[in-house]
Amino acid sequence: MSDDRSFELHCPLPGQPKDRVLLAHGGGGRLMQELIREVFARAFENPFLAQAHDGAVAAVEGGTIAFTTDSYVVQPLFFPGGDIGSLAVHGTVNDLAMCGAKPLWLSAGFILEEGLLLETLDRVVKSMAAAARAAGVQIVTGDTKVVDRGKGDGIFINTAGVGLVPPGVAVGPGRIRSGDRVLVSGDLGAHGIAVLSVREGLAFAGEVASDSAPLNGVVGDLLEQGVDVHCLRDLTRGGLASALNELASTAKVGMMVEEARIPVHDGVRGACEVLGLDPLYVANEGRFAAFVPARDAGRALEIMRRHVVAGEATEVGVVTDQDTPEVLLRTQLGTHRVLDWLSGEQLPRIC
Amino acid sequence: MKYVSEFRDEKAAVGLATEIRRRVSRPWTIMEVCGGQTHAIVRFGLEAFWPPDLEVVHGPGCPVCVTPIELIDQAIQLAARPEVILCSFGDMLRVPGSRGDLFGVKAAGGDVRIVYSPLDALAVAQAHPDREVVCFAVGFETTAPAYATAVVQAKRLGLANWSLLVAHVLVPPAMEAILSAPENRVQGFLAAGHVCTVVGFEEYEDLVSQYRVPIVVTGFEPVDILEGVLLLVRQLEEGRAEVENQYTRSVRRQGNVEARRVVQEVFEVVPRTWRGIGEIPRSGLRLRPPYTEFDALLRFPLKSPHCGFLGQPGSECQSGLVLQGRLKPPDCPAFGTRCTPENPLGAPMVSSEGACAAYYRYRRT
Amino acid sequence: MCLAVPGQVQSIHDDQLRTAKVAFGGITKEVSLALVPDARVGDYVIVHVGFAISKLDEAAARQSLADFAALGTGDVDDSSGEVGEPPSSSQELTAES
Repeated sequence: MSDDRSFELHCPLPGQPKDRVLLAHGGGGRLMQELIREVFARAFENPFLAQAHDGAVAAVEGGTIAFTTDSYVVQPLFFPGGDIGSLAVHGTVNDLAMCGAKPLWLSAGFILEEGLLLETLDRVVKSMAAAARAAGVQIVTGDTKVVDRGKGDGIFINTAGVGLVPPGVAVGPGRIRSGDRVLVSGDLGAHGIAVLSVREGLAFAGEVASDSAPLNGVVGDLLEQGVDVHCLRDLTRGGLASALNELASTAKVGMMVEEARIPVHDGVRGACEVLGLDPLYVANEGRFAAFVPARDAGRALEIMRRHVVAGEATEVGVVTDQDTPEVLLRTQLGTHRVLDWLSGEQLPRIC
Repeated sequence: MKYVSEFRDEKAAVGLATEIRRRVSRPWTIMEVCGGQTHAIVRFGLEAFWPPDLEVVHGPGCPVCVTPIELIDQAIQLAARPEVILCSFGDMLRVPGSRGDLFGVKAAGGDVRIVYSPLDALAVAQAHPDREVVCFAVGFETTAPAYATAVVQAKRLGLANWSLLVAHVLVPPAMEAILSAPENRVQGFLAAGHVCTVVGFEEYEDLVSQYRVPIVVTGFEPVDILEGVLLLVRQLEEGRAEVENQYTRSVRRQGNVEARRVVQEVFEVVPRTWRGIGEIPRSGLRLRPPYTEFDALLRFPLKSPHCGFLGQPGSECQSGLVLQGRLKPPDCPAFGTRCTPENPLGAPMVSSEGACAAYYRYRRT
Repeated sequence: MCLAVPGQVQSIHDDQLRTAKVAFGGITKEVSLALVPDARVGDYVIVHVGFAISKLDEAAARQSLADFAALGTGDVDDSSGEVGEPPSSSQELTAES
């Protein structure tokens, strides 16, 4: 018998790209386990994930739970000041904070497009992990699905979040009263402009980074210091104008806002002028409006300004005693107009 | 922002407004002819400054609103073609054609992209040599030089996959159409400062001597508009009819010579139908040789556009009267009820510069 | 026509479109100076859809602003009429701490 051991496989296995998401990663088998272990669990590392169970289980004392969910589809995935991952953490943390809750646990559901580079996924996931650590929350459970190439935009993320509302705290539109001061936590429009700045056809260069940030620290401080916060609302899509209109409508109150007091940085201002956008309708991801009684407004601002994310907090308006739920704007010329709902999407214009 | 904020100064505005109030001694009707001016008037609440005897009406100054339905239908047809990437300014996307709008085509799978500049569309064509890039070239004289320069550049580059659907319209013929209408009540015009930045204002001197109507070339910041109105009011009160330039920091009598040159090199003047008004002679542009290779209408087989009706059949939309300054949006029976930005009956409610949408969004209490 | 904004020329490339970096209050955008061949670095230009359409005449701007100032302070309580009465609301905004 010849000692020649050389032989050829006549049915070689085709090589799979090792650097991309494959349909098999969503299949529930070994490849998916490997993805969960090597990418998600490694980044989000915590005792809940180590349970490796269908859901996370934890004991809580009797109290009030806040629960929220949000999905993230931003394009492009990476932009100055953030990415879809950090956005997904901040957005849900902030929604919980706006309820007066201390955010505790997040779930993270991923819909990945076949062909997405694993390196991109890893970058996003590491960013989520860092954002979660900085916000003091844990990502305790999750899910992964993979869709055919062309059926997704790279990554879609859903995060749901659970938090605990401290006893005695009741924050919501129902508590808004005539005479309440309207405070904003800082300059507006940075997130929307930052995303536009990297979008094909509308690109420009400059100092505008997204304001994406967790707000639970500053909100927690306000509540712990005993400020009588009536309502909080984070400013997201549709900007300050949309948030105020929603609240005016829900709480059935009127509001008067002073244009000259609303902080907008030069970069946002310049971009808005060039594209014909109104900063009051541009998205934010790390700013909130607070409604507090007049007597608490000064102290609230002082507390907010101690936090980096709210260093430019300022009073911009007041809840009025008019009958119709409308938001009025006193313009920088001293005239008045209605600050209306957004119709559809705000688009760059030439006129 | 420099050269912007100073022209939004409250003290200057109030000073000018007080002077306007002081000078107006009897009823006057004046028209501003530019969507940008409409926008500024409502956004800054300038109506608070007009004395009761002064009526300021809005004209056909929004190219988005006056783009004829046929052209929108053609743009929609082009966008629906699988090989086409249709590049458009944002404000055109929601304007209704006879059946749907460009947003609808996008939703159905058409590749419609918002661009800020014609140069961005050139870049898209260079990046996608296997696709046909069509620019929906909308705008007044202000925008024509940008497209003309882009066409010259495309020819220089030998770009074979880029073309224009030309929808440019010219303003002075529209002003003349309004002045020559028997029911005209307009006694003075604020002329569009950026159109005049390009074409100058020599052309208005003929209009003024023929119709004895004062024209003040005006900028777009609220203080510009207030000063323009003051200059117009002074002329009316003093019985003068001249062309005056308020927007001196940008407009010269001869305009921008280089811009006019490149437009004449690339385009020729043709009649154009204005949505809501009808056909106005010598009020549109078309590519001229040797640039006709870039004309999308010659490059693609398009179904012949249906001719002429000015709005949806049976619609109660009165945009024609609004565009001619003969009806103020809040006086339209459908305004704010059956016609809103979410359910527009006509173009001026769709474009954020359209008079109807501007009134709706920025209405005072 | 309409949306055009003043910006300051920061640098100019020597290409066919005379592309320049123009600053608008905090962002910079690439703009073609092809239509304003005499614009230089430091000049302000009025920009529409990515093209400068005129060089801003700074002397004229200063003159305009001086003219406005010369009209007087324009007292809002002028007896010739109200200027935009707000709806009734007696609350004053809190003074900044």
